[in-house]
Amino acid sequence: MSTTVLTVDDSRAMRDMLRHSLVAAGFRVLQAEDGVHGLEVLGLETPDVIVTDINMPRMDGFGFIEAVRANDTYRAVPMLVLTTEVDAEKKSRARKAGATGWIVKPFDPVKLVEAIRRVAA
Amino acid sequence: MEDPMAEIRATFFQECDEQLAALEAGLLEMEGGTADAETVNAVFRAVHSMKGGAGIFSLDALVRFAHKFETALDKVRSGELVATPAVVGVFLRAADVLSDVVHAAQEGSTADEGRISALVVELERISDSGALPAAESAPTSEAEPGTAWDIVFAPRAEMYAKANEAALLLRELGRLGTMKVALDASKLPELNELDPEGAYLSWKIALETDCDEEAIRGVFEFVEDDCELTVSRPEEHGFAPGTVITGDNGFKFEFFAPLPEVEEDAGAVLEAQVTALEPEHHEPLLAPPKHAAVEAIAAKAESATTVSATIRVDLDRVDRMIDLVGELVINEAMLSQRVLEAGIARASGVAMALEELEHLTREIQDSVMAIRAQPVRSVFQRMPRLVREVAAQTGKQVRLVTEGEGTEVDKTVIERITDPLTHMIRNAIDHGLESPEKRVAAGKAEEGTVKLTALHRSGRIVLEVSDDGAGINRARVKQKAIENGVIAPDAQLTEDEIDNLIFLPGFSTAAKISDISGRGVGMDVVRQSVQALGGRISISSRPGQGSTFTLSLPLTLAVLDGMVVSAGGHTLIIPLGAIVETLKPQAKDVFPLDRDTNLLALRGGYVPMIDVAENLGYCEDPIEPEQGVALLVEGEGGVRAVLLVDAIHGQRQVVIKSLEANYRAVPGIAAATVMGDGRVALILDVDAVVRNARSESVRSDAVVVEAS
Amino acid sequence: MTNNAGLSKLDNRELIAFCVGRQEFCINVMMVREIRGWAGATVLPRSPRYVKGVINLRGAVLPIVDLAGRLGLPSAEPTARNVIIVVQIGHQQIGLLVDAVSDILTASDAEIQMSPDLSSDLVKNFVKGLLPVEGRMISLIGLDNVLPVGELEAA
Repeated sequence: MSTTVLTVDDSRAMRDMLRHSLVAAGFRVLQAEDGVHGLEVLGLETPDVIVTDINMPRMDGFGFIEAVRANDTYRAVPMLVLTTEVDAEKKSRARKAGATGWIVKPFDPVKLVEAIRRVAA
Repeated sequence: MEDPMAEIRATFFQECDEQLAALEAGLLEMEGGTADAETVNAVFRAVHSMKGGAGIFSLDALVRFAHKFETALDKVRSGELVATPAVVGVFLRAADVLSDVVHAAQEGSTADEGRISALVVELERISDSGALPAAESAPTSEAEPGTAWDIVFAPRAEMYAKANEAALLLRELGRLGTMKVALDASKLPELNELDPEGAYLSWKIALETDCDEEAIRGVFEFVEDDCELTVSRPEEHGFAPGTVITGDNGFKFEFFAPLPEVEEDAGAVLEAQVTALEPEHHEPLLAPPKHAAVEAIAAKAESATTVSATIRVDLDRVDRMIDLVGELVINEAMLSQRVLEAGIARASGVAMALEELEHLTREIQDSVMAIRAQPVRSVFQRMPRLVREVAAQTGKQVRLVTEGEGTEVDKTVIERITDPLTHMIRNAIDHGLESPEKRVAAGKAEEGTVKLTALHRSGRIVLEVSDDGAGINRARVKQKAIENGVIAPDAQLTEDEIDNLIFLPGFSTAAKISDISGRGVGMDVVRQSVQALGGRISISSRPGQGSTFTLSLPLTLAVLDGMVVSAGGHTLIIPLGAIVETLKPQAKDVFPLDRDTNLLALRGGYVPMIDVAENLGYCEDPIEPEQGVALLVEGEGGVRAVLLVDAIHGQRQVVIKSLEANYRAVPGIAAATVMGDGRVALILDVDAVVRNARSESVRSDAVVVEAS
Repeated sequence: MTNNAGLSKLDNRELIAFCVGRQEFCINVMMVREIRGWAGATVLPRSPRYVKGVINLRGAVLPIVDLAGRLGLPSAEPTARNVIIVVQIGHQQIGLLVDAVSDILTASDAEIQMSPDLSSDLVKNFVKGLLPVEGRMISLIGLDNVLPVGELEAA
């Protein structure tokens, strides 16, 4: 059973890019377009790793991470933040919300795959 | 197979267009003072998202400009800076430049460097009112090969709470070189005191690696705030390795081999405790309410959903389907006719099943057409920029107000109204609005208003461009028409008719040829392109108060509601949208004007009668008016005429077939369709027929006739 | 738009021959999409006499050109015995109204003779060569100019 990754990003191009890179690396990919949609997906599937953007409409990355961590089922699912934000304050906010790791866009697909492998049990 | 990267790239640019539109819409809200925090967020997100995507494709110019823009926007988002009109003005111009940069990136060209750097300066001035942007990278130091490092790693509970695993971090660290790992379990409490979510274990690691300290710390990047970490050189601190509990001494640490033991050692104890404790406390206490919380959020989101689930479909597929449904409609009609001809009773099972089929067919047709329907928003969103540009070029102050952006119309129509609308708006600013000085002198506000409205009216989409300018100078227009020989010097025209003269070829009322509306394109060209779409355009004007252009178009270019008539023995379709009413002419109401033209008295006025068969050249002699049926039609510019035909056979929706595909345009005929009997019927171009009749009457020196 | 370039390699080309009045003409079989009977057409206003109108060919609107009229030959009102040859010219399809299809021939380029310089201008516009077959003389015609010229390209 391959590792399932949920990607949450409001940009279609970014989602397509993520899907392309992750599928090529042998992951199974689920996708959501914002935090709310991400939670809806989590109602149906339990991914092994979640990769989320921060700036999204409806529910941003912080809210999404907090909501995921608030649920016992997903407490142990590693969550990587993928964003162009380099601001230390945002980084620590994401960390406080319960993010497992931080990847700064523009990402290198190889690094992303490495990071996912690093946190995926 | 298509190149997946090329496809993603195409998606990216498509998305950029959407983001640019959202950006502009948001900035305009900010400008209008109606923006809330979410608008500012959305504006920021749009730029941010473009920057993120641009990074994937190494579109450096775009990344750089978007970054500057984003940094400035963030000042407003964070509340450090107030979005004054001046600031929003810079943002709007930055949005225009960003649009140029995006399109340049798309075409592989470069945008105007001068404009870019000018705006970068302005954006930086805005950004500099706060802190400096975060440093992008830290300097790296060289490390000598095979250096020994001592690392102490003591996770806190928070680290585990974020789903980071010590074992995985150690595995990662092991990849940097050769390492020895010692587990320190001295802090592990007695079983009954153990917090299942606590952190009690730490590790001492002796690592020999070519990597520098930064690379080592990099492994712990995600957890640096949630653990105690020391990285040091052994000779400096004299650190001695602890007990080796995993792997052999001097083991070359590769991949997983030694790690499962670490994991088991650390995890087994914890896991045993967790399973022991959980049934008592955690499950009933924590799990259910949290689930409920997530569900509540999801439910709330559903009720407040603004984005519905969508799929992207190649337009060709939709068009193919529309074609096929068109065929289905024709085939169904043919079948119905055959059944009727075969004398099968209306109440029979066959006829009833056929009726059901007809119903379903219509429904499929409507549904397929709906797929292509889109709100006019995408066109409307291009207009603010146009208004800004034209306003700057003409030195006028203009406020654009839009209404009805959500009005839906077929995609083809949307694509083809952009140019006419652009021209109408240019015209409204250039010719309609007065200069600020003249406005003030006339007791008006300095700033003129151009209003763009879309609405549905009787099965058509109506677009209106109105301005609060000076209105049409009728004396001038009439004078010019006389000079150009368009009308006779003694012609009696209504005010409406004079206004609509501006749609005639070669009409430009501006004192000098302006390079805004000018460029050799007059309103006659706009009228032509609108007519090609089966549309009508007219103008109404009130001196001193402004003018309103009204553009009416069919909702789709694929089907048409028409009246089936016969003229000179030929079946024709007259678009229902052009027909005002049908009449049975009485001999007493018909007045011959001259040899060729009859007038029909209609509610106190006189309307010229056009014999359709004669106009199209189907026959030489017109029919006697009282033997035919008359259709009062309204052509371009509100010109009324009565079309005389042999008989009316009812209304029906027809699928529009192009004559140009295999032949060429035919004067007086807009298109063709296939009838229930399988034969082709022609769709009348009402405007062309009326125009033709008018030009013929002009040739025969008839005066222009006043409609009531 | 005849496929001369492609066919010169093959040397032998297949031609479809048909009668118009008392004359026989032929065109390259590669251009022919289908052959169907005449069943009336919808008259187009303000069109040349030789354009008999348009018919419905599986949903597409197809113009019908009376070849006799187009070539300046005497033409009669078509009947159910007439035949329409549907041909592809560039991106357009049109129907040629002829009296009957007479033959399918194979001819090499060498067999096709230059047309003598006697015929009318109208015929010269269309006839590309002559093919003698069993005592008959069949004119090979090109169809590039068969539709009315003028605003055609503007369409």
